[in-house]
Formats: sequence, structure tokens, C-alpha cells
Amino acid sequence: MSTATARYPMPVSSTNPREAEAQPASRQKVLIRNVEFYYGTFKALKNITLPLHDKRVTAFIGPSGCGKSTLLRILNRIYELYPGQRATGEVIVDGENILSPGLDLNLLRARIGMVFQKPTPFPMSIYDNIAFGIRLYEKLPRHELDDRVESALRRVALWDEVKDKLQQSGLGLSGGQQQRLCVARAVAVQPEILLLDEPASALDPISTQRIEELIAELKTDYCIAIVTHNMQQAARSSDYTAFMYLGELIEFDETERIFTRPTQKHTEDYITGRFG
Amino acid sequence: MNIYAQRRIVNGLVMSLCVAATGFGVLWLVLVLSTLLWNGVAALSPVLFTEMTPPPGSAGGLLNAIFGSVVMTLIGTLIGTPTGILAGTFLAEYSGGSRFGEVVRFINDILLSAPSIIVGLFVYELMVIRMGHFSAWAGAVALAIIVIPVVVRTTEDMLNLVPNALREAASALGSPKWKVIVMVSYRAAIQGMVTGIMLAVARIAGETAPLLFTALNNQFWSTNLNAPMANLPVVIFQFAMSPYADWQVLAWGGALLITIAVLFLNIGARALASWSTFRR
Repeated sequence: MSTATARYPMPVSSTNPREAEAQPASRQKVLIRNVEFYYGTFKALKNITLPLHDKRVTAFIGPSGCGKSTLLRILNRIYELYPGQRATGEVIVDGENILSPGLDLNLLRARIGMVFQKPTPFPMSIYDNIAFGIRLYEKLPRHELDDRVESALRRVALWDEVKDKLQQSGLGLSGGQQQRLCVARAVAVQPEILLLDEPASALDPISTQRIEELIAELKTDYCIAIVTHNMQQAARSSDYTAFMYLGELIEFDETERIFTRPTQKHTEDYITGRFG
Repeated sequence: MNIYAQRRIVNGLVMSLCVAATGFGVLWLVLVLSTLLWNGVAALSPVLFTEMTPPPGSAGGLLNAIFGSVVMTLIGTLIGTPTGILAGTFLAEYSGGSRFGEVVRFINDILLSAPSIIVGLFVYELMVIRMGHFSAWAGAVALAIIVIPVVVRTTEDMLNLVPNALREAASALGSPKWKVIVMVSYRAAIQGMVTGIMLAVARIAGETAPLLFTALNNQFWSTNLNAPMANLPVVIFQFAMSPYADWQVLAWGGALLITIAVLFLNIGARALASWSTFRR
């Protein structure tokens, strides 16, 4: 797939010696191209174009109401739950435009996991919370399902805390545990892309740190997009950063460059705390 | 007088008015219940549960009426509950502010506050006249019509309380909509929905007017749903209005039975609600 229409220079991993050392080269997994979004008649996103790389974390930052969550919600078309919201343009995932009208949304969403700002455990047991998504698309014998649930919970470092109470309600866990449960639920269905919408903003510092460690660990397998209000979090956990303002993409580059040598005045003002 | 002292006086005044109003309300409740207990307990005996409604002047119980009430309440609930849940689900999850949904919701609210005697007359026209006789079926249908709007309303309200974040989370896993509703929304709303159903059952357990025009009454033991069937409310109505002392005692006994049944249903509904909350 071509990146010729992208308005921003595509960063090449090898230009950054630190990255080239630490990580294998990544390929472009998603290309968001000329995307616009409407809440009714209100235009919330204006002509957004940017790529998301596989096995990398891309952070969307910007002040409240800039459209970063909206952009994330386009990637699995979850906005379609609400009448009156629509997106135009193209979102190409592995060569296929996922905004095309004929697409099966359930199959799409099974490929693209999402974690929300507030923890959203289902009102069922811890085990069933994880098994819910798996059972939707796979019919597994009991012991295989057990294995999948266990490996998902291990993945988010929750297994040791819950292994003795798998049949208890997921609602009984602490906020940080609930959020890790939600991440486990998302990775249990083995998606290709993981969307995180301010996953740590409702959590205490320790839980936040665990979520960030988790993101770093999950990055080896997934293409991750994260929306965050927390600049340090973006700087710490992402490889690429997109700065958005008033529905426009102001700047997109490698995170290190955005935070050290931003080319746009707006970006610099925001990351240095002069507004936002 | 400073502003704080003034505030304290106003507070004291309003507080005593509130206490007085509460006392006034509770007083009548206590009077009604104590009268009912006083007169009803006298009628409580094994005979009440083992013998049929008697002719005036002879001994008897309320067995046929108790049986009829249970049967018709059960059938009415079995018809009304699924219908109400499905309609409430439609309103909460599918109508999405559409014109049709608005109309259904409005009509349901009217039905919710419709006098039950109208429901009785409606079923009389619809079933009793066409069938040519009173029947337990007609009584059960009339009760179902009273159950439906209550269940529709509570189901819709409870589903609306389920946070959209939960629906989004389930949809984001690739779950089809019906599965989101059945597996997630219903589970989150279940205790409220069951409370609504129990309150509806409690309400129809004591309804007299709709049964007067439909199931009527029966002096004898009958399990035929195509024939008139005895039931507690109508028996109470008939016996309490009669000049015979032994019928009046039985009426008190029946009234006490219904009250106790409704009380336990309400306690059950509350216990269920708090039990589910506790589990969270």
C-alpha cells in the first residue's frame, strides 16, 4: 500500500539509532487517509492522515475535545452504535478499507480490540469476562478455554491475584485490577490491533505503572494506538506521537522528535505546558 | 436575631411538620393493618385452607378461591412477563428515539395508569361475550394486561440504567447486538427487572375489578380454565358485602392472606435487589 498521499514525512525506524538497536523494523499496519468525522452536522475531525505501525505504540495527544478519542473510535467503527455519527475517507488495514459500507462490523471488531477509559467489567464472573469474547468466535473444549483464559490473565499479570476466585464477580476487583481484566479480555480474542482510550486515567499511580508496563510488553505482538492526556505517559510508552488540536492533526512524528524538536509552534506550546 | 438562629428555627419548624406528616401517614397504615390482623386472625384455621367456600350459615374455607387466585395470577404473569420484557427491551435497545418508540412508550404509560375496571370491561367485550361465558382464561388475560405495562416500564428503565460503556465494551469484542443485550445488558439489569415483575405480581394478586367481569366467581372446586373460577378478591368483595357473619369472617381471612402474600413478595423483591447489590 502506498503512503504517497500522506501529508507527513514517514519516519523511518533506522534513522533513530536507539530504536534501530532496540526494535526490529516495523511495517505499516494501518493507514488513516483523509478521514473526516461528523457528530450530526458538527465536523469533529478534519482531513486526518497518518499511519500506525505494527508492533509499535502510537500515542494521540492533545487538549480535551481535540478529537483524539473520536479518531480512535473510528478504527473499530464503534461510533456506529450511535445514529448520527459518521466518518468519511479511508482507513486501510492490511490493504482493506475498513470504512467501506459492506464490511461486517462484528468481524472487524473481533480483529481490533479496545480498552476504555473507565474499567468496564461485565456483570459476570472473572472467568466468564475473559471467556465471553473467546466464545463469540471459537468453540473450544473446556480445557483449551481454561488455558486461553489463564494465558490472557497471565499476560496482564493478573493471574496470581485472581486464580483462586475465577468464579467470583469481576465487579469485586479493584479499579486497577478491573482495567487489567479488560485488557486481558481484549487480548484473549487475539486481535491484531489494540486501541486504548485513556486506559490509565481513572487509575492510581501504581496501577498506571502496571498498565504502562503492560503496554510495553504487549507491543511485541500488536499494533497499539493509545489516547492519553498524560504527556509523560505518551513520552514513556509510545514510539510515535500524533498531536491533535481542534479536530486537526497538527504534527505526527517519532515520539522522541515530537518531544525534543517539534516542528510546529502549537505542538511545542502544548508539550511544554503553555496551553491545554 | 442573627441569620443562624433564624435558620435553626425554620429548620425546627419544617422538621416537625415532616415528622407530623409522616406520623399521619403511618397512623392510617397501622390502623388498617391492625384492624385486618385483629379480624383476620380469627378466621385463620386449617379449615380455611382445606374447605370450599360455603353457602351462608354453614362452615367452610377458601381453598377454591386460593387455588383460583394462584392459578390466574400465575397464568397472567406467564403471559405478561415475557411480553413486557420483550417490549421493554425494544423500547430501550432498539427504538432509539424513533417516532414509533415514542408512541409505544406514551401508550404504555396510559395503560400503566388505566383504571383496572376498564381492563376488565375490555376483556369482557373481547373474550367473555365471544365465548359466551365467564372463564379463568379471561381472568388471566385481564391480569396479564395489567402486568404488561408495569414490566415494560421497569424493564426499559432498568436497561436505560445500564451504562453505554458496557454495551460499547461488549460490541468492541465483536459481539452481535442480541448477544450484547442477552449476555451483558440483561445481566446488569436483572435485579431491577425481577423487582418490577414481583411488584406486578403483587399488584394483580389483589385486583378485584378485572376479575369481576372475566373470571367472575365459583362456589365450587373447579380446575377448568374454560369455566368461571373462584378467586380471593371477588370472594372477599362478595362475602364482605353480605349480611352473614360467617361470610364476613371468611372475607377478613382472605384479605389477611392476600396482604401477607403481597408483603412477602415485596420483601422477596427487596431481598433479591439487596442480595444482587451485595454480590457486587
